[in-house]
Amino acid sequence: MRDRQAGRSFDVINAIAILFFVLLCLAPFLHIIAISLSSSRSIMSGEVSLIPVELNWNAYKQVFSDMSMIRSLGFTVMMTVLFTVLCMLMTIAAAYPLAKTKLKGRKIVMFIIVITMFFSGGIIPEYMLVRNLNLLDSIWALVLPGLISPFYLIILITFLQNIPDSLEESAEIDGSSHFRTLISIIVPLSLPVIATLSLFYGVGRWNGFTDTLMYITSPEMYPLQLKLYQLVQNNMVSELMQMEGATGQSMLQPESLKAASVIFATVPIMLVYPWLQRYFVSGVMLGAVKG
Amino acid sequence: MNAIAYLRRYWQLYALLILPVSYFIIFKYGPMYGIIIAFKDFNFFQGINGSEWIGFDAFREVFAMSDFYKTLRNTLMLNGLDLLVSFPAPLILAIMLYELNIVWFKKLSQTILYIPHFISWVIIGGIVYQVFGTQSGMINNIVTSLGFESIPFLTDKSDWLITYLVVGVWQSAGWGTIIYLAALTGINRELFEAAEVDGAGRLRKIWSITLPSLKPTIVTLLIINVGHMIAIGFERPYIIGNTAVRDYSDVLSTFVYRIGIESGQYTLATVVGLFQAVVGLVFVLGANYFSKKLADQSIL
Repeated sequence: MRDRQAGRSFDVINAIAILFFVLLCLAPFLHIIAISLSSSRSIMSGEVSLIPVELNWNAYKQVFSDMSMIRSLGFTVMMTVLFTVLCMLMTIAAAYPLAKTKLKGRKIVMFIIVITMFFSGGIIPEYMLVRNLNLLDSIWALVLPGLISPFYLIILITFLQNIPDSLEESAEIDGSSHFRTLISIIVPLSLPVIATLSLFYGVGRWNGFTDTLMYITSPEMYPLQLKLYQLVQNNMVSELMQMEGATGQSMLQPESLKAASVIFATVPIMLVYPWLQRYFVSGVMLGAVKG
Repeated sequence: MNAIAYLRRYWQLYALLILPVSYFIIFKYGPMYGIIIAFKDFNFFQGINGSEWIGFDAFREVFAMSDFYKTLRNTLMLNGLDLLVSFPAPLILAIMLYELNIVWFKKLSQTILYIPHFISWVIIGGIVYQVFGTQSGMINNIVTSLGFESIPFLTDKSDWLITYLVVGVWQSAGWGTIIYLAALTGINRELFEAAEVDGAGRLRKIWSITLPSLKPTIVTLLIINVGHMIAIGFERPYIIGNTAVRDYSDVLSTFVYRIGIESGQYTLATVVGLFQAVVGLVFVLGANYFSKKLADQSIL
């Protein structure tokens, strides 16, 4: 009886501790939402913690009336879609032949690929390459260098190797070419993994920052992360807004504008988060089994 | 089957590989070739091939730079502190979640705890400034309202270390539980029942059943972490750091960016990058060797 009671109090303490950690995890988000919705006066005087004070939407109105922000969002969406589609085409094209253990030359190609997981040229030689290919300050600088991730490629190869050979063999007997088999049998069977890897690639591109910092110089091609970085760092929000010709609340406390911009860039990730969570967990497991 | 018949039958598979292999050659092996500028007095007018060979001069110059040693020290320091703080956090959290019996609460908690992993460092940086700011940051609002002096979390280098570590835990602890929770699903529930019959309490069960069953995972992850001791991401120190705390926040990756892309000393930056890549490779291979040895031991 005493044991059971001890067990119960353990459960209660444990649950409360987890609740505490969950709130700790959420608190920064709540704070930033609260800041974005509060008046400049209350932010300045330090009254805002987790709940908006003197609620208003001015910061959001300003973000949405900032054409450079909307343009940046459009560019980021375009870049992410282009990147994800090309990545998947390339990864599938590589995985299908490499999943066939009997293919001659497979080992050499795998070796070429695996080496790159352990050693790379480093950021300066990569920058040189992008520069020499005349890709600087173009969308391709953010798309081409990352087209195939060896990790994701190996995940897909492992998956394809678990598809029963008999399916392909029967297609082959029916006179189906490899291209046809790939498109009409392999791809439909792999849709769950393809969805997972697309999310991997897509989120990676959306969140990526280093390469945008190195390769992009013209403001009209700033992806959201780079734009946001400058907003948050430079403390020059109002100047930027005035340059873009936004009207109205020039007296607005930049803190709320920064916060609203942060939320603006986070919302798209939160919209796909339910799928992310589900697929990513299974994806990590796929990778873990292999690794 | 002779070569022609083989190719006739399988050419499509090779055709599929043309673009991917070209990608690896151009975008992965191209930069590896570019490493030769570490041994050349590189300038853009003469290009990679036209620039003059200087042998190991640039290496001597880098190894004489005090900033090189500072960034190397910072890299090891930040990674070492991370290992102390961010490494145990997901383990503890995973055990707590595993002990939680309320299914909906457990699922909800996991969903929320994974979120920070998907937030970019730029956004985290924005949040960090709002939360840790000295003037109007959330924490300092509380600190000052309690009558204490505000703490310069972002501008004093020792306080900044705390910020860096706390943010790291916040970002990675939830996501890190996944691998442990997966390992925990493999535990035979009968072990717990047997322990209960023997009168073991909850903590005793955690200590004697849960933790030992996680040992291989812990050891493997630890070795991987040690193997990546000299590798450090660019975004976290670059975005959370600032010029006031550069003494601690400047690491090898930001150093390479600073002297290479910002100051145009491409040769020196390439040398630093190469040093990091080579030492990193040695570390990883060494870690791999140990993991094989230890994994064999843990099987026995």
